Amino acid sequence: MTEAAMPESVATPTLDTGRLAAARRFSRNDRFFFRLTQTCAFAVLAILAGVMISLAFGAAPALSEFGLGFLWTDSWNPVTGKFGAVAPIYGTVITSAIAMVIAVPVGLGIATFLTELCPQVLRRPIGIAIELLAGVPSIIYGIWGLFVLAPILQRTLQPWLIGIFHDIPLLNALFAGPPYGIGILTAGIILAIMVLPFISSITRDVFEAVPPMLKESAYGLGCTRREVIWKVVLPYARVGVTGGVMLALGRALGETMAVTFVIGNAHRISASILAPGTTISASIANEFTEAVEDIYTSSLIALGLILFIITFLVLAAARYMLLRIEKKSGG
Amino acid sequence: MKLSVKALGLAAAGVVAAGILTAVSAAEISGAGATFPYPIYAKWADAYKQVSGNSLNYQSIGSGGGIKQISANTVTFGASDKPLTPEELDKAGLAQFPTVMGGVVPVVNLSGINPGDLVLDGPTLADIFLGKISQWDDAAIKKLNPSLSLPSQAIAIVHRSDGSGTTFIFTNYLSKLSKEWADSVGSNTAVQWPAGIGAKGNEGVAANVGQTAGSIGYVEYAYAKQNKLTFTKMVNHEGQTVSPTADAFTAAASGADWSHAKGFYMILTDQPGAQSWPITAATFILMQRRPSDQTASIEALKFFDWAYANGDQMATDLDYIPMPDSVVKLIHDYWKESIKGSTGSPIYSGSM
Repeated sequence: MTEAAMPESVATPTLDTGRLAAARRFSRNDRFFFRLTQTCAFAVLAILAGVMISLAFGAAPALSEFGLGFLWTDSWNPVTGKFGAVAPIYGTVITSAIAMVIAVPVGLGIATFLTELCPQVLRRPIGIAIELLAGVPSIIYGIWGLFVLAPILQRTLQPWLIGIFHDIPLLNALFAGPPYGIGILTAGIILAIMVLPFISSITRDVFEAVPPMLKESAYGLGCTRREVIWKVVLPYARVGVTGGVMLALGRALGETMAVTFVIGNAHRISASILAPGTTISASIANEFTEAVEDIYTSSLIALGLILFIITFLVLAAARYMLLRIEKKSGG
Repeated sequence: MKLSVKALGLAAAGVVAAGILTAVSAAEISGAGATFPYPIYAKWADAYKQVSGNSLNYQSIGSGGGIKQISANTVTFGASDKPLTPEELDKAGLAQFPTVMGGVVPVVNLSGINPGDLVLDGPTLADIFLGKISQWDDAAIKKLNPSLSLPSQAIAIVHRSDGSGTTFIFTNYLSKLSKEWADSVGSNTAVQWPAGIGAKGNEGVAANVGQTAGSIGYVEYAYAKQNKLTFTKMVNHEGQTVSPTADAFTAAASGADWSHAKGFYMILTDQPGAQSWPITAATFILMQRRPSDQTASIEALKFFDWAYANGDQMATDLDYIPMPDSVVKLIHDYWKESIKGSTGSPIYSGSM
């Protein structure tokens, strides 16, 4: 468009004003575009602040009643109206940790295999299968976990764990109790399966973005495949990989339906990871509709606020970690 | 953050639902609450629509939700398995009456034990759920079942994880029979369970008991029957051993003296009578005493009136116990004296 306008303006100086008007119009459009996108970006901040404020308002009665003690009291008694958050916080953190311990190595393994080792014909089918895994609704994972996975764990893994760690101090407390089939460990395994696609598909994408030149150079220097993956691909992609892991962790912390089905929903902290427990989101989903008393509802909203803060802290910590890694490799 | 979005979504859904309910209340009867009577309300509503053309919009959101919605005056009636005390009714300006009754039964999963084989009584049941009796071959259980060979197996307890009228009825019964239960746990739609795993809904409890060897749980009678679960017999108030049957629920209901129950506040657990099933309960309707939308309230009362008169067979088919005619008469009188219009005269007095 500017090229078309150019010769005209040269030919007749009177069109100068036209050029100016066009330039002004462009700059106005640009400013409009800037404002539009800026509004979109700031809307996110406004929405987050709105969520935070409404949660804080809802949680205020519970927090003023129980004070900071809410965070470390393990009573959850609707009859007497005494509530404390430590059991669901513990459950949330432990189930997510179990999920990460299982899902991170497996997810990285899948991505590495798909990008570096897998024969071309298998790449697409496996890749699509992983993305399908991400599309399965969480309630389906819950039902599957309850009716298929839990009975299997109850008959196989759990008695085995209880058996082999029977005489080892500390570990026998960690794997103790009757094999219910459902519990903290089962919830962790279900979560691991659910977050696996997040880790593996994001990791695969960032692995694929590693410049071929870098890898070829390493091979040229005589590196083995394993060395190329460990020393070139992984370090180059670590920011993206960390991002994928964090996204997965965010999902694991907040996952509700699937966990509710398989965790056992008991407001208790047990040393054993085979015992039933609960998470913040499972407690809210279970109890919100029936919480009649104001203090009960408010305590549930306070749990929501705590989860919001936990998620925020986890993401902030991840950002900070990335920043430090970048500084180190930069200097 | 995912969770807070969910919580907000829930709140938004509630607001929208409330808005819709208020908007349509003139055109149809709207109600919300207990899930336990939902099947029979749905069936009654269907039949009622065919005879009267009026439709009923009932949201089964749980007893607590029902109490909340009617207190906020967003529905014509609320439904709850947990009755409000006369004081609570006065405070909220609500009227309350029972519609149908049903039973809660303990169910177990023990190899070699068939439905009705195992006998339990209230104190033993309370000790099991307190975690004090942790093995199936405990002396207390053996004493009640001298002829059964009970396995030396750990008891896995399954309870509801969501707030539930069924839990209220069950914990109310345990509170009546065990002082320790009453003091340390108490009764409510949700309690602080001393032991066991929580499962969502009657279906969840049924599923968990079904697949966990050595487990015990409690469900609505209809679920035990439909899922062919191993129910237990119970020793009732008179010391008689009874099976959970429609007759046993009716026996518990017939012994109850509704005429002296203010605001129909009556919990039918541990009722006298040789045949009475001890964990029986009624489910209740809550309405505003001075309804802002009189037309809708009259329509709702007409619907329940029709259901009392014509719905007994439908209730029996779904394993509920209909209210006896003597109680329906009391309910009619109660409507006259408590649900009134702006002029102070009763808005509906019943057809019988």
